[in-house]
Amino acid sequence: MARFRVNGVEQELDIEPDMPLLWALRDELGLKGTKFGCGVAACGACTVQVNGNPVRSCVTPVSAIEGSDVKTIEGLATNVGGITAVQQAWIDHQVPQCGYCQSGMIMAVSALLESNPSPSDADIDGAITNVCRCGTYPRIRRAIKSLTATA
Amino acid sequence: MTISRRRFILGTTVVGGGLLIGYASTRPSKHSIANRDAGEQPYLTTWLRISPDNTVTVIVPHSEMGQGILTSLPMMAADEMDADWDMVHVEQAPATDLFANGVLVKGFAESLGVSVPGFLNGVAAAGAMKIAEIMNMQITGGSSSVRFTGEQGMRVAGAAAREMLIKAAAARLDVPESELSTSLSYVRHSASGRTLSYGELASDAARFEPASAPRLKDPKDFTLMGKSIPRIDIPAKVDGTALYGIDAEAPGMLYAAVRTSPVFGNKLSSVNADVALQRRGVVKVIELDNAVAVVADNYWRAKQALAALDIRFEETANNQVTTQSIYAQYDDALLGELSKDVEEGDAAAALADAQSVVEATYRVPYLAHAAMEPMNCTVHFHDGKCDVWTGTQDNLGIRGRVAKIAEMDENDVTMHAFYLGGGFGRRLPTDTNTIDQATLIAKHFDVPVKTLWSREDDIQQDYYRPAVTSKFRGGFDANNQLIAWENHYIGKNEPAEAAHTPYAIPNKHIAYAESETHVPFGAWRSVAHSQHTFFLESFVDELAHRSGQNPYQFRLNMLADKPRHAAVLKAAAERAGWERNLAPGRAQGIALQESFGSIVAQVAEVSITEAGQVRVHRVTCAIDCGRSINPDTVASQAESGVIFGLTAALYGEITIDQGRVMQNNFTDYEMITLQDAPEIDIVTVESGEALGGMGEPATPPIAAAVANAVYILTGQRVRELPLKNYRFTAVPNESAV
Repeated sequence: MARFRVNGVEQELDIEPDMPLLWALRDELGLKGTKFGCGVAACGACTVQVNGNPVRSCVTPVSAIEGSDVKTIEGLATNVGGITAVQQAWIDHQVPQCGYCQSGMIMAVSALLESNPSPSDADIDGAITNVCRCGTYPRIRRAIKSLTATA
Repeated sequence: MTISRRRFILGTTVVGGGLLIGYASTRPSKHSIANRDAGEQPYLTTWLRISPDNTVTVIVPHSEMGQGILTSLPMMAADEMDADWDMVHVEQAPATDLFANGVLVKGFAESLGVSVPGFLNGVAAAGAMKIAEIMNMQITGGSSSVRFTGEQGMRVAGAAAREMLIKAAAARLDVPESELSTSLSYVRHSASGRTLSYGELASDAARFEPASAPRLKDPKDFTLMGKSIPRIDIPAKVDGTALYGIDAEAPGMLYAAVRTSPVFGNKLSSVNADVALQRRGVVKVIELDNAVAVVADNYWRAKQALAALDIRFEETANNQVTTQSIYAQYDDALLGELSKDVEEGDAAAALADAQSVVEATYRVPYLAHAAMEPMNCTVHFHDGKCDVWTGTQDNLGIRGRVAKIAEMDENDVTMHAFYLGGGFGRRLPTDTNTIDQATLIAKHFDVPVKTLWSREDDIQQDYYRPAVTSKFRGGFDANNQLIAWENHYIGKNEPAEAAHTPYAIPNKHIAYAESETHVPFGAWRSVAHSQHTFFLESFVDELAHRSGQNPYQFRLNMLADKPRHAAVLKAAAERAGWERNLAPGRAQGIALQESFGSIVAQVAEVSITEAGQVRVHRVTCAIDCGRSINPDTVASQAESGVIFGLTAALYGEITIDQGRVMQNNFTDYEMITLQDAPEIDIVTVESGEALGGMGEPATPPIAAAVANAVYILTGQRVRELPLKNYRFTAVPNESAV
């Protein structure tokens, strides 16, 4: 049995201990907001937060997060039906194009700003290594900057 | 402007009362279009629905893959009909014959005679397809949606609706039509102060015939077109609720993982299926012609079981092919008989007489699309019918393909539309290896089966941007004027004009040789422009330097009869501060190209890192797309195009060894990330000319712009990409002008 919390809800799953968290979330729990991109932790589309830290769920076996708190894009906003400041900045700056990478991008940026509310450009470059094939990077940087300026 | 958060519904069918404006009845029959003259009444199948609650629903026959089409097209219809944008809803057209997009076909027919652009059928048989055969298309590609469907479809449908609503109001109020005006989804009679909502008028209006040539607005009267309206698809893309094909969910669904012969064209020899069947969750192992599929109750279990199998494929002559053998084959082909592309003046004679001749050979490698959403397709056969869940660039085309593979009537196939996690040409109805496999696998079951490719499958089983070799000779006369241009290249692809240069050169000879390989190829964002603009704009730059002229001024001097091109080039150079106040160690390169009806010039500001790699700091991108419908979308598409082209220039390389692709994943097929993304500055030149596309035109120039700057920094002319393969040394180049 794999036991961990997802967006505040206790989960107990009869799955193999080496099943990556990504597939437990998507195929076992039906949480489709977390995306599969590469399977080797190279693109970040599958980024979720485990105990507040950004984690690439495609290479994280469920055995490694036993008892942990997992937060996915579906659970990012605490107010029901609402969105966070990061998500609002993504709308204000019209960041997403195809949008496929943006769940992971937003989870990574949210974790960064949580731990470092005023990141430098170097901090941002170091922390946000997710791939966006549509090339929304200039807008991502602008959106992050807009959040740090008011922080 | 407040945008309600859920205004887009994917794949619903049209139901309900009110006014429904469509033109299906005027759509030409399947076989008549090839003989139609341009200028006849528009072939409209764009649709508007006005409901009693005064909402307007625009039905869009294209797929949203990040280009903002679900916003731009409805803006065009809503503007012409004076609809209140806050009351506009959007639906994607269902994949049925009724919503086939004749306007798109007409646009291509007008611009290309009756030939069909190659990206529609992707591979070697380009041109053989008759236009009538692609009448049933909802294709999203060729940077075509706004300029064809929007300009000739959405605007006309919106204007026709407005005229019908005015007629209905005139009858209801018993006043002349001339006394009525429209705005924000109301008809007003200002003399009496009376107003009627479109919703109230809808059923009366439906009694009038829609005009085929209604009066369109003068651009000065636009209320939506030309404004940066927030995209309606974005809210769902920030909270995780946007659904892509990979997210399809159906009761009882199974998952398939597939291993396909890594050598293209080779067949399956053997597989020890029993090993997989003993594993948890595995339901079936299916042998396909050139692949093995493992079907399980969870994708990961299917994938793990697949990895445990010993799968053997046959060996053929294809196993001998390498990148080097392909380039050698290209070199031989270029020494053989060539087919004519452009012949102006007498280039051979001019080169013989030239004071000096510059020669160069360029080449670029194969490239994969690598859309972020791995390829996938979910298929369910039941009760003699079939449901398909997938994100495609042409739902009608994919419906036809599934029907053909399944040997069914296409009316028994129901498509469920999704957002596309990137398209870039990979999800066209010509590139269907994933769809074909998914269909064949699902045929074994009466429950839905989701076939999902790994990233490795995606990189190794693509329809690649072709590798191309291109040889040039340029000749100058005694006055240092460029008098001759000779270009021999491999493989004429689409669009036909991709290898044409806009510059005035009196003698041009452009010719090509076909040289087929076993590597599948298809349309990759900007299609043949992606290779040729690198070649053309690098060689022009070489010619400028070799003749001691400034590369910007050299180009400008040859654009006297191309004022739009000249204006865009100037706009880019001025905005970038061409060669002024550059930081030490930096240089600028410039490049220009027209593609898909838009003209783009880019200036790249570049330095060389201590590791000898190229660092692009800033890109200035000037665009003339006629008129911007949604300026922020124009900007975002330009930014995206630059990054896409720059990724290829810096890193993009698919190599072939022993007949197969050597790259696996983003670890060895690298992508630009935030840290190496340049600042991008967009400047639009609003010429007011015919609309051009925006999905692709910003991609072609960037590789040459960067390589041209690298030359100034290093004295080294880059004639092969990608740039990651070089170790540059920055040296002051005295000869660089």
